[in-house]
Amino acid sequence: MAKKLFSRPKSLKEAGFHYCPGCGHSITHRLVAEVIDELGIRGITIGVPPAGCAVLAYNYFDVDMLEAQHGRGPATATGIKRALPDRIVFSYQGDGDLAAIGIAESFHAANRGENITVIFINNAVYGMTGGQMAPTTMLDQKTTTTPAGRNKTLDGYPVKVCETFSQLKGPTYLERVTVNSPASVNKAKKAIKKAFQCQMDGLGFSLVEILSPCPTNWKMTSVAACKWIDEVMSKEFPLGVFKDNMAAVKKPAEAAS
Amino acid sequence: MMTKTIFSGFGGQGVLMMGYSLAHGAMNKGYHVTYLPSYGVEVRGGTANCTVAVADEEITSPVSSEPDNLVVMNSPSLTTFQNKVTHGGIIFLNSSIIDARPSRQDIKVYAVPCGDMAQEVGNIRVANIIMMGAFIKKTGVVPADIYLKSLETIMGSRKKSAAEVNRKAFAAGYDFAKD
Amino acid sequence: MTKVLMSGNNIIGEAAIRAGCRFYAGYPITPQNELTEYMAEHMRTVEGGVFIQSESEIAAIHMIVGASSAGARVMTSSSSPGISLKQEGISSMAANELPGVIVNIMRGSPGLGNIRPSQGDYFQATRGGGHGDYRTIVFAPATCQELADLTMNAFDLADIYRTPVMILADGMMGQMMEPVVFKKPKPRQYSEKFMLRGAGQGKSKFIRSLILDAIDMEEHNWKLARKYQIITEKETLHEEYKTEDAELVIVAYGTAARIAKGAIKRLRENGMKVGLFRPITLWPFPELKLRTLSKKVKNYLVFELSTGQMLDDVRLALQGYADIGFHGRPGGVVPTPAELANVAARHYEKAD
Ligand SMILES: Cc1ncc(C[n+]2csc(CCOP(=O)(O)OP(=O)(O)O)c2C)c(N)n1
Ligand code: SF4
Ligand SMILES: [Mg+2]
Repeated sequence: MAKKLFSRPKSLKEAGFHYCPGCGHSITHRLVAEVIDELGIRGITIGVPPAGCAVLAYNYFDVDMLEAQHGRGPATATGIKRALPDRIVFSYQGDGDLAAIGIAESFHAANRGENITVIFINNAVYGMTGGQMAPTTMLDQKTTTTPAGRNKTLDGYPVKVCETFSQLKGPTYLERVTVNSPASVNKAKKAIKKAFQCQMDGLGFSLVEILSPCPTNWKMTSVAACKWIDEVMSKEFPLGVFKDNMAAVKKPAEAAS
Repeated sequence: MMTKTIFSGFGGQGVLMMGYSLAHGAMNKGYHVTYLPSYGVEVRGGTANCTVAVADEEITSPVSSEPDNLVVMNSPSLTTFQNKVTHGGIIFLNSSIIDARPSRQDIKVYAVPCGDMAQEVGNIRVANIIMMGAFIKKTGVVPADIYLKSLETIMGSRKKSAAEVNRKAFAAGYDFAKD
Repeated sequence: MTKVLMSGNNIIGEAAIRAGCRFYAGYPITPQNELTEYMAEHMRTVEGGVFIQSESEIAAIHMIVGASSAGARVMTSSSSPGISLKQEGISSMAANELPGVIVNIMRGSPGLGNIRPSQGDYFQATRGGGHGDYRTIVFAPATCQELADLTMNAFDLADIYRTPVMILADGMMGQMMEPVVFKKPKPRQYSEKFMLRGAGQGKSKFIRSLILDAIDMEEHNWKLARKYQIITEKETLHEEYKTEDAELVIVAYGTAARIAKGAIKRLRENGMKVGLFRPITLWPFPELKLRTLSKKVKNYLVFELSTGQMLDDVRLALQGYADIGFHGRPGGVVPTPAELANVAARHYEKAD
């Protein structure tokens, strides 16, 4: 009998994604669902979707979910986690959500070392509202609110969340990945798994930033969008681990027990 | 005089453009006009529609209870809107891709194979302008010359050849509706 | 005068710039993104124009607070959830007596809601919305031409009364296109003495709303209240449509009033004498005009795209003077004139 190599993760509902073809949200959803399956935490996981293209994530993830107001995901997730410390809580956010309107909530959840996981989709634009400038928009990148291209004097620079948060003592695990090729997708999955593991082990705040294609608002084909991540975006946002304190946090915890 | 028309089809078929150009022409004719597009998530779903009201008096409601005309460019739109059309109204349908016909007997139906005709004109993207030719001929909401002028204004002076194709497309639809 | 065909969102932007607005801050939210994008595109082409895409609506409102104190004509815009975030700043503008225009292109709510047209923010807009004893002038345009005219007027009133003015429209008005003529704006009348421009060689000044002494704080509140009294006396606007012979009057504003006019046309074709009372300023509400009308007409139907908010103001005006019915469609549902006509017809007959 043929072995089944590919099937829908249990943590994904039987529903077609509404995302545009070539969108990084779809891939990331699948990865998060696979990780939840593999870690066996579907029943104890509570997710917090954002305002953003992923606002309907509760239609896809087959786990409990509480929709947050725009940018408030980490605060909402904090509330859930503090009330139910033995549940696994993740907040799923876009770059506008996390690094603009919700930077205060994100920053302070990270600084408190809140034991939650943040899945952070960096697609360099506001996808849902139609392609306006995001905090992570590249310099000179044209968007509907930077018709002449992002200007550093007027609009500031692309916000580097992993780099910035890595300066805080609070967070435990920060990594930036992408999903623009089979190899990078595998890497992204490892990072997401590690982030959830970090939370399961009680080690504190984890965040995975995913450089994610938005062909629609970049006005590119899916293939060109993947290429743009390699050639442009990842130059500004280098991939890699920005903080991994898991071993160090674990030791004193073990010594105490 | 008060005429309300719904234009509807897939996003990308130039449905909003049809409504906008009619509204623009009506404005230049000196009529009152209201153009109301569908927007946002609705559009992401892949369908687009707009309502255009043209009148020689104040337009009360931009929302239409029973449009006089319905222009449908794809099958789902026919299903969605056909029962809204007023008694005695007209449905224009893109018969190149719509096989179904309205079951109602109290309305007129004009089947315009504007997709095929566009291919003949040499540009599949002008199917909407061909439909406008037929629409203007049959309804006379605005005179053809005024409509064409508006169309040119909207398209800008981008390309002479584009303007030429549009004129040709409009004429094709207009002549088709003559017989 | 040349007519142009523009969408409501773009009309507000154009009218603002023509009225001399030179500072705009906003955060993207549907269904008003076209306005933010219009300002991004056009502020860079006018001298001294500033456009900032802020990191949040909270930041946007405080940015215009600052620019207003510096003497700029300022505007911010958003839709329902974002307007909730702006309340702190609106309260602060009222307290500090700083002029500015706030546009709310309402959408279905509460919470994140949807992006469909709705009128669920009437209470928030007319009752102040933020904390404290203050009022905001609220314009409710119903046509694209009114969007243009009232946006310009909003800047003038904001300056005259040194107070925030809100344009309350909805997603349909934001997207709808109608031909408009932009009138010639009035020259700005706003004294330098209210602006913070640096003391130079002169005396320094400050603008503040922290007033620790209770008696002083009370006086500040009364001072604002006296101002609101004057606004109520002088700035209340409304329209009456076919009320002369009416047996039933629909009370509606904005988009709902447009639908109501369509319904009235149908009803009159069927011999029913129905008219419309349309508040153009929601605060101040044209209470006395409505009560005056009740001397003639005893039967009213309030129609809103909400579960009944303006209804409260109509009751305050008419309770004990006339019969008041209500029809509402909340959540982003926009009914047709035919639906409203059916409801109104039932109401009409009931009164006979
Ligand atoms: C208070 C408030 N302001 C604005 C919005 C509108 N809004 C919804 S999603 C979004 C930004 C989406 O961008 P991002 O977070 O980058 O997510 P993406 O869609 O790109 O995945 C905005 C501005 C809102 N819902 N609430
Ligand atoms: S707009 Fe961009 S982020 Fe949103 S679903 Fe489409 S591709 Fe994805
Ligand atoms: Mg984004």
